[in-house]
Amino acid sequence: MKVVLQHITKIFPARGRGSNGGTVAANDLNFEIPDGELVALLGPSGCGKSTTLNLISGLQRPTDGRIFFGGDDVTDLPPENRGVGLVFQNYALYPHLSVMDNIIFPLGNLRGKDRMTKPEMKEKAHEIAKLVQIDELMDRKPAELSGGQQQRVAIARALVKMPRVLLLDEPLSNLDARLRLQTREEIKRIQRETKITTVFVTHDQDEAMSISDRIIVMKAGVVQQIGKPQEVYDSPANLFVANFLGTPPINVFSASVRGGRLIIGEDSVLEVGGVSDCEVWAAIRPEGFILDERGPLCCDFGGLEVMGRDISVLSSNQAAVKPTVRSIISAENRVDTSSKTVRFSLKPNKAFLFDKTSEERILFTTARKEN
Amino acid sequence: MENRSAKGWLYLLPAILFLGVFMVYPLIDVFVYSFEEGYNSASQTFFGTGLYNYSYILHDPYFLQAVKNTFILVIVTVPLSTLIALGISYGLSSIKALRELYQTVFFLPYVTNTLAVGLVFMILFRKTAYSDGLVNLLLGLFGISPIDFIDGPYWAKMFVLCFYTIWVVLPFKILILTGALASVNEEYYNAARIDGTRPFRIFRKITLPMISPMVFYLIITGFIGAFKAYSDAVALFGTNLNAAEMNTIVGYVYDMLYGDSGGYPSYASAAAIILFAIVLTITCINLLISKKHVHY
Amino acid sequence: MNRDIIRSERSAKTKKTVRSTLTYILLSFWALIVLFPFYWMILTSIKNYASYNSEYIPKFFTLSPTLENYSSAFTAVPLGRYFLNTVVFTVLTTALMLVVIVPAAFAFSRLSFRGRDALFTLFLSLMMIPYELVVITNYTTITDLGLRNTFTGLILPSVTSVFYIYLLKENFSQIPDELYYAAKVDGTRDLKYLFKVMIPICRPTIITITILKVIECWNSYVWPRLITDDPNFFLVSNGIQEIRENGFGRENIPAMMAAVVVISAPLIVLFLVFRKKIMEGVARGGTKG
Repeated sequence: MKVVLQHITKIFPARGRGSNGGTVAANDLNFEIPDGELVALLGPSGCGKSTTLNLISGLQRPTDGRIFFGGDDVTDLPPENRGVGLVFQNYALYPHLSVMDNIIFPLGNLRGKDRMTKPEMKEKAHEIAKLVQIDELMDRKPAELSGGQQQRVAIARALVKMPRVLLLDEPLSNLDARLRLQTREEIKRIQRETKITTVFVTHDQDEAMSISDRIIVMKAGVVQQIGKPQEVYDSPANLFVANFLGTPPINVFSASVRGGRLIIGEDSVLEVGGVSDCEVWAAIRPEGFILDERGPLCCDFGGLEVMGRDISVLSSNQAAVKPTVRSIISAENRVDTSSKTVRFSLKPNKAFLFDKTSEERILFTTARKEN
Repeated sequence: MENRSAKGWLYLLPAILFLGVFMVYPLIDVFVYSFEEGYNSASQTFFGTGLYNYSYILHDPYFLQAVKNTFILVIVTVPLSTLIALGISYGLSSIKALRELYQTVFFLPYVTNTLAVGLVFMILFRKTAYSDGLVNLLLGLFGISPIDFIDGPYWAKMFVLCFYTIWVVLPFKILILTGALASVNEEYYNAARIDGTRPFRIFRKITLPMISPMVFYLIITGFIGAFKAYSDAVALFGTNLNAAEMNTIVGYVYDMLYGDSGGYPSYASAAAIILFAIVLTITCINLLISKKHVHY
Repeated sequence: MNRDIIRSERSAKTKKTVRSTLTYILLSFWALIVLFPFYWMILTSIKNYASYNSEYIPKFFTLSPTLENYSSAFTAVPLGRYFLNTVVFTVLTTALMLVVIVPAAFAFSRLSFRGRDALFTLFLSLMMIPYELVVITNYTTITDLGLRNTFTGLILPSVTSVFYIYLLKENFSQIPDELYYAAKVDGTRDLKYLFKVMIPICRPTIITITILKVIECWNSYVWPRLITDDPNFFLVSNGIQEIRENGFGRENIPAMMAAVVVISAPLIVLFLVFRKKIMEGVARGGTKG
């Protein structure tokens, strides 16, 4: 089921008398989620991603705009008529019901021709439980389950009525690190098998990058960029997206363009064709540095972190926004640790320019191939 | 260490003294009294020990009347007040506007003097030569002929007593249940709504089980409280409850102790112990049932 | 499909409106039942005696309000006396209770001494003892001591409450140990620590307990009735019963209602002022009676 948001705006009325206006949690959202995809709504806390999820589920009504599931306009439909399954951040499993009863709970709401008998419900529940691999736990109460198992029960309960759209709110945030890796693969697998259009909310870019077909990056109620994870990473639309994606984070320098060259501090570091002279933010991915004795970018050497396959070179530069510039180079390189400075050349496809004020991306061309 | 021990006991001394004199000693004494036959409070003598006091009150028609009244009161008011409180609290939790105002109004009976307001109820319900009273006026609108609820037939008096008791106990129950309802995490309701659960099913399958511990708490305390009913009856029917056929077990205890028929602490003790035994039994049964039905 | 959805949407909305209207009607109905006796007692109290008695069909309003009933409530019966007695009884009982329970709660929560836990368990088990069981002996004790019709006799058995000791002890125990040790290191004596640290921190609980005790004292009926037969020592509850049975002449209802208003007013004012505190406090540990 394709999900389309058109000019969706959500304003929460101001609380109390002193303030006026209210909070804009979603501001003119326009996007389309293709049928059968796993999509992540990604952003820092308070960016409106959970609100967006609630708008899709129908728990909240938009102030303005329309929402479509396939061809149906569902904007005015209450949640129960939308055919969505929702997995809550804290799972919201009914503590007094067994796993089985939790899973068949939604089926008990069906009326008319959809009405099911108890054995039918149980069969259905077993089917779903098998899919999420909890069919051994059907008689337990939620309190007797681990966090990961509770998560699976919650997913099973959301899936049992075969929703048109599955929504997950921060599905991994309550799990410990090891379970998180395991469970995200699990979500991917379940989504593959059911082919249900799935939207999940997360603030963790790793999570979003690793399993989703498409990510939607949000900030302060506004969509920043939509695309396949690799596309967004390789070509961030603005400084926020560049900053938000990638571990270790991107290195940002306050720089300028003079005569088609990027100048960081005193150093003329890169050819940037097609950009007129201006002040810019230059952002360089850690893997965009090449250790080079004659390289144009000179930094004060700070230290090394060896991580097996890779080496992190820590250095500092007057023009950098943060005190530490982190670059990742292959472990085969030799670094002279006695030197006070370290020099790099840069990979142009790992360096991005952003307007100093609007922070929007400035594209440039490179004439000669680096390396 | 010895010094510190002494200090601790010193801080506790007033409490121990008060509790010892006015709770522990009387507790033992009441059992002693109840077995002393023919105790005379003037001369403080008695002439035997045994179960005579118990047998006397169990054959006393006033006591049996009091037991009957108390049981009717308990059986009518406990379930009814709990149900009404549940309904009102559920209503309160589903509205936003005026909620605080309603809560404040509903709590008012808790802070009023039972005796004082009971007088108002008596005036509203009674029928005299001068006036049929307000309630009868309203009943008249439905074509019901006037009934004297205060000095009239037994069932009418019992009705007023139950009505007033419910009026008095409801604030506490509403308060507790509103609190319990508010503490149910909203995510459960959202989850149920997403699944298209109808309000009644949400209430029965989710809300009720979640607040069941509090409901049982209210039922248990409600039973205990209703068995001890007394001042409500005095407020409505005056101090001579035996004459009004409206006495309660606690009223019987006090009457035996003091007043026109008083001066028999032994009978009073025996009646109090029987009451205590009844309350204890009912509470135990309640606890057993609640163990089975409360979900966590 | 679309039309179905629109229809279900519309019917859901109608259902919602109907349900909330019904809720408001039911809540208002009960509010009316709660408020009506108050309205009726105020109304009756300002009705003229003669006009009240001439109303075979009671009127819902009066065009000639009078305050004369209030003056006769204070002159014809010693209502002022009952009132004063109750204030004295309430203030003394509540104050004494605090003097007894604060050190006890402090000892249970802060001091360690031999037998503490056993004693606390004993205290807790006393919570289950119904008042009716001990009142008989207390009655004889007070009578034998010749304390009938005295404030001492009224107050002493009403002072302690195991439940309030328990409530306060729980609250005291929540204060982190570090504070106590820090005070000890600075050479603070226990008593000073209690007054300068624990009581200020637990003030909300102490206020709650005080308010609950005041309500309890103001409305107490059974014990005063047993222990006083001299109207000079009647509290308001006994006073109202006395007024009902012997005062004014049985039929001066407006004057009785004036007395009822006077008696009810203090607690209602107290409630309206401390509404939040009282409701919280009752939710934490009050039962009626």
